[in-house]
Amino acid sequence: MTNTTSETSPQDTPPGAAISDFGIDTTSQSTGEAARDYLARLRGGELGSLPALLGLVVLLIVFSSLADSFLTLGNIANLLAQGASVVIIAMGLVFVLLLGEIDLSAGTASGVCASVMALHLVRGGNLLGGMGDTVFYLFCGLLLLAAVLAALMRIWAGTALSLVALGIAAFGVPANAWVEMLLAVSVGTAIGCITGFLVARVGIPSFVVTLALFLAWGGVILQFIGEGGTLGLRDDTLFNVANGNLSTAGSWALFVIAGGGYAAVVLGRHFSRLRRGLVASPTPVVLVKVGVVVVLAAVATYALTLNRSQSSLVVITGVPFVVPIVLVLLVIGTFVLERTRYGRHVYAVGGNQEAARRAGINVAQIRMSVFVIASSLAAIGAIVYSSKVGSVDPNAGGGNTLLMAVGAAVIGGTSLFGGKGRLRDAVIGGAVLAIIQNGMGLLDQPAAVVFIVTGLVLLLAASVDALSRRRAASTVR
Amino acid sequence: MSEPILELRGINKSFGPVHVLHDIDFDVHPGQVTALVGDNGAGKSTLVKCIAGIHPMDSGQVLFNGEEVHIHGPRDAAHLGIEVVYQDLALCDNLDIVQNMFLGRERGKLGLLDEADMEQAARKTLTSLSVRTVKSVRTQVASLSGGQRQTVAIAKAVLWNSKVVLLDEPTAALGVAQTRQVLDLVRRLAEQGLGVVLISHNMNDVFEVADRIACLYLGRMAAEVNTKDVTHGQVVELITAGRSGDLGIARPETATI
Repeated sequence: MTNTTSETSPQDTPPGAAISDFGIDTTSQSTGEAARDYLARLRGGELGSLPALLGLVVLLIVFSSLADSFLTLGNIANLLAQGASVVIIAMGLVFVLLLGEIDLSAGTASGVCASVMALHLVRGGNLLGGMGDTVFYLFCGLLLLAAVLAALMRIWAGTALSLVALGIAAFGVPANAWVEMLLAVSVGTAIGCITGFLVARVGIPSFVVTLALFLAWGGVILQFIGEGGTLGLRDDTLFNVANGNLSTAGSWALFVIAGGGYAAVVLGRHFSRLRRGLVASPTPVVLVKVGVVVVLAAVATYALTLNRSQSSLVVITGVPFVVPIVLVLLVIGTFVLERTRYGRHVYAVGGNQEAARRAGINVAQIRMSVFVIASSLAAIGAIVYSSKVGSVDPNAGGGNTLLMAVGAAVIGGTSLFGGKGRLRDAVIGGAVLAIIQNGMGLLDQPAAVVFIVTGLVLLLAASVDALSRRRAASTVR
Repeated sequence: MSEPILELRGINKSFGPVHVLHDIDFDVHPGQVTALVGDNGAGKSTLVKCIAGIHPMDSGQVLFNGEEVHIHGPRDAAHLGIEVVYQDLALCDNLDIVQNMFLGRERGKLGLLDEADMEQAARKTLTSLSVRTVKSVRTQVASLSGGQRQTVAIAKAVLWNSKVVLLDEPTAALGVAQTRQVLDLVRRLAEQGLGVVLISHNMNDVFEVADRIACLYLGRMAAEVNTKDVTHGQVVELITAGRSGDLGIARPETATI
């Protein structure tokens, strides 16, 4: 290991750090080297979201050639709204999966949030009347308990949001779309505090805790809504969350903010790293990456601003609201995971819990916090799917909502063994699942076939994860 | 000889009814490698964990730079500049070298990370230790060899302007060439003026890098000697029997009189 690379010329050396002393540490690579490096990493088992991206391309080609209506504008927009709730719940699950834990209750927990939200709206803010005395006081007690548990673990955001939920419930705040959404999210946070405390502090395996809560929350939903009942969400703002669109100007503004922001952040970071002589990818690779994303975003924005209505009477244009919602969550979540101390600690605990403990990281707090995040995001997912359907029934968040979300995260490349995964995995995996369901539906396949295919795809993704892990383990040393 | 940077006086430690450490006196001098040897169960790792603040001491005095200090937890030890490199490396496979070196003590404001600053500091530390075996400071630890990992673990301990570094069997799982790298690194730490404590079962390693040898026998400090004053055989006797000639714990009959 003595071959010095010629790329690090002495002029590049930043003051203070004599790179020439530092053996063969390279800070910049040529494009060819980067490509070779990437291939080596692929062979080493670090696949990331590559299989899912390839799968996405294959599915797009297959379905657009088999079903004529697949690649129509109306269907694409529909696809986005269909997939959004699973993607959002999956994003929350990525945090849990990063620690090698599982949250089986995220689905029914989201259902609880949805039913509380609907009940509050339908009853005009009077939850006491909607739930009945005993249930209401138990509900408030649980919210208070969640706030106390979060405070015990110093997760102040959890305490604050649990108290917000308690306040909205106890003071009978009048119904309003924004209040409902806040209520749903804060109830989700409170649920996460309880789950997280049981896992991180009491020390029950997450599988058991969340399996039990999965059943319990299912019962809670039934109690809130009543057997065979349905709560309609008659509110324009709530309806628009999953069914509304941005105006044409708004769509392009979104493109400028999101695309421009992405390009500015990535390029700014890249050149500042180059300037300071830090490890950076080759400039052409970065430029191509940014270029592809911006062009794709522009094409998508343009397509979505065209009229996609089936009838000539109404005009439907604009980017659906779910797109900025998912984007905002994706950006914030990615920022938290990659650029903050908290995110670093999540990866560290997922990679080696003992090492994290010795490094002075509060492992229990981190473990609890991921469940809080997962349940809060599940609540946002609940808002989106309730809005899409327009009502909440006792099956909300039940069935395979959760398993689809876990599937989305795993198909996207998040490891079930912890330590490996990104938020965008949830988006890519969610897109794969949504396309399978949507495309098979358009091909008039019976539900049986759709489920079997979805299951096989998930199995494939999980085996790719397991095999790549084995590969990675065998290439070291 | 220079003043010791870390002095332990009369340390006792019990786990329930098991008295693990009996009145241990132990000195660490700056710029020297002190080897801590002893048979399995002699209390080496317990002593190190007491110094690191992982186990509380039952009684005894700790002097750091001549002043009495109280170590109640790993944080206290870290504040004093005492760093430990554990037997089972405390590294996260899924993070890269820089991320591991700064784990738990990331730089940056308001919870945000200052990657550039950390990367430069990590590179500077590795440079100062003349580490030439890693390709890039952004390499994931999962893809490093055992020796490279140990190097990263040691560099992590040095990063914090530490004054005392405790190494718990750093060469136990390494091959010949990798052991070489790590021993060179240990020597370099001492040359930089740090007090180094090396726990090892390997007498060749001990005689190669240590200036002084402290031998534990059944939880008692049998002897603290200069490496050049003793032979291989004497140290082995100290380890297995607690004494060798007039070195070590006195014979029981003389001790009782």
